[in-house]
Amino acid sequence: MAKRKTPGLNTQSTADIAFLLLCYFLMVSTMDQQSGLQRRLPPMPTNEQKQEDTKVNKRNIIIVKINSSDRLFAGDQLLDVSQLKDKIKEFITNPNDDPNLPEREKKVIEGFGEYPVSKGIISLQNDRGTSYKAYIAVQNELVKAVNEVRNDFCRQHFGKVFNACNETQQKIAKDAIPQNISEAEPKDVTKK
Amino acid sequence: MPIFKRSGKKEMPELGTSSDIVFMFLFFFMVTTQMRSSEVKVRVKLPEATEIAKLERKDLASYIYIGSPTAQYQGQYGTETRIQLNDSFKTTNDIRDFIAAERDAMSEADRQLMQVSLKADEDARMGIITDVKQELRRCSALKIMYAARRAAE
Repeated sequence: MAKRKTPGLNTQSTADIAFLLLCYFLMVSTMDQQSGLQRRLPPMPTNEQKQEDTKVNKRNIIIVKINSSDRLFAGDQLLDVSQLKDKIKEFITNPNDDPNLPEREKKVIEGFGEYPVSKGIISLQNDRGTSYKAYIAVQNELVKAVNEVRNDFCRQHFGKVFNACNETQQKIAKDAIPQNISEAEPKDVTKK
Repeated sequence: MPIFKRSGKKEMPELGTSSDIVFMFLFFFMVTTQMRSSEVKVRVKLPEATEIAKLERKDLASYIYIGSPTAQYQGQYGTETRIQLNDSFKTTNDIRDFIAAERDAMSEADRQLMQVSLKADEDARMGIITDVKQELRRCSALKIMYAARRAAE
């Protein structure tokens, strides 16, 4: 019996079809990276809570202000954004037990033991006229300061950087060096 | 008589693999990109930051765009900084409804994890952003993210 030849499939057009699909997906989709600075807003105070102001010891709070011309004050000093990180790091760690810098309270951290946790709170205030760019730059510096302190902590106790640590170690570092950034209630500074 | 005489039959180059390559491209784009959910009608140039974290679950995120309208909408809406929710320009009062609608679209378990990504232009003033933040606090949508792009080192 004669061998029947299988007819060849015509595949010339598949390339065109694939190109069409490719073009379609290129048009309708985006590739932008979804990344940014994550924050948790404080819940809206209810009416009863509004009256009582949480009393925080003066030494435990640093006020970072950005005015409408994007100038930065931390504590009472006029600073540049590049200087802010070191100031915050000093504020969080308080290496020399300066009485003007935040006190450190010994707390027991699960799985680690006792560690003097700083009670410092960074209060970020801004004007309505502050540009978003300056605000993010300052937020970024604050996060950077906290991250660097955490990195130092991890290097000292676990021998590696924060990102290389496992989950429990990261949690310990987070408990030991909390990121206390308070975004203050908005105030209209311009009217003054 | 032609000097250069073609000898033999003209041969077509082999193109059989081109469709495979194109298909590979296609799959690459299908995997790495995501569908454009809405047309951005405001000019958003994200600010730069170095300490950024990636958004973990894109399906749980809602987006609020803040910026001045792009050139084609400026005639109608002016150049003042505006808020865009979904596909249209809105005011801060509409955020409540927007958040409620986004919440409804999620499953019960995911509602806690809802995250709002603020995509604001770097030239926007903090006034409008503070208003948005206050409104989000009122709706108790507390997990937010300031969208930023990675700064060039």
